[in-house]
Amino acid sequence: MPDSPAPKTPEPGTGPRGARPEGIGRGPGTLLLTLYGIFTVGAASRSVVQLTTRFDEAPLAYLLSALAALVYAFITVSLVRGGERARKAAFACCCVELLGVLTVGTWTLLEPSAFPDATVWSDYGMGYLFIPVILPVTGLLWLRRSRRSHS
Amino acid sequence: MRPSYTLPMLTPLTVVLAAAALALAAWCGWAAYRDQPTKDWHFIGMAVVTLLALVQLVIGIVLLARGSDPAEGTAIFVAYLAAVVACVPVVGLISLTERTKWGSLTVVAGAVVLAVLQARLHDIWGGGSGA
Repeated sequence: MPDSPAPKTPEPGTGPRGARPEGIGRGPGTLLLTLYGIFTVGAASRSVVQLTTRFDEAPLAYLLSALAALVYAFITVSLVRGGERARKAAFACCCVELLGVLTVGTWTLLEPSAFPDATVWSDYGMGYLFIPVILPVTGLLWLRRSRRSHS
Repeated sequence: MRPSYTLPMLTPLTVVLAAAALALAAWCGWAAYRDQPTKDWHFIGMAVVTLLALVQLVIGIVLLARGSDPAEGTAIFVAYLAAVVACVPVVGLISLTERTKWGSLTVVAGAVVLAVLQARLHDIWGGGSGA
């Protein structure tokens, strides 16, 4: 799918090896893509375990974990696909992600009792070395810059 | 449960694996700092770390088969062991498609994740509390 020529979003060229199109998934985007991939796997498996084994304990936290996993998965796929539409979609998702981290982070600090168990976004992602809050900011900067270099 | 086959037996290997992963991260980080892609020697390093991870997976499964019981559950324990094995090969392949310093940095990220997983693994089997 990522290699087939998309009708609406012509790529300026392919990478030196022709493996993937140039753009949002190349260069620094590779690192970003990997980190999003790791967080997708992490958040998704975590929420699957939590939702299937002990949903009643902290439904809000576990549903938020699942939401986070979905957002991460969507951004990962967008970065792999590349192209202008994927870039816009990923940009929107990074905004959602940043908003999510900030909201959940503040919420867990103000009202810890609502969260008997932690989510990926609790305390601004402190349990994950603050990567959950750094990632969307980096993502937004990168996606903005790659637009400028393309159009 | 016989004391000679308990999960804390994994501790030395866990420490070695975490240290090896961090060394790999530092090594590839140095390559990235010098603006270089991953080279053959880096891939040999990745192979060594992956081999250690495979050994850990096998020992972990053997210990489970002998009746050890991880504090946070067998399924999670096995899932983490498998994730540890997958970690470095995946970033290694990505670094093959991205022949720049960013490919090297990707390996750094994967290796650091492996080290973090080792710490989590220690918690999962019950760590210091002697599962």
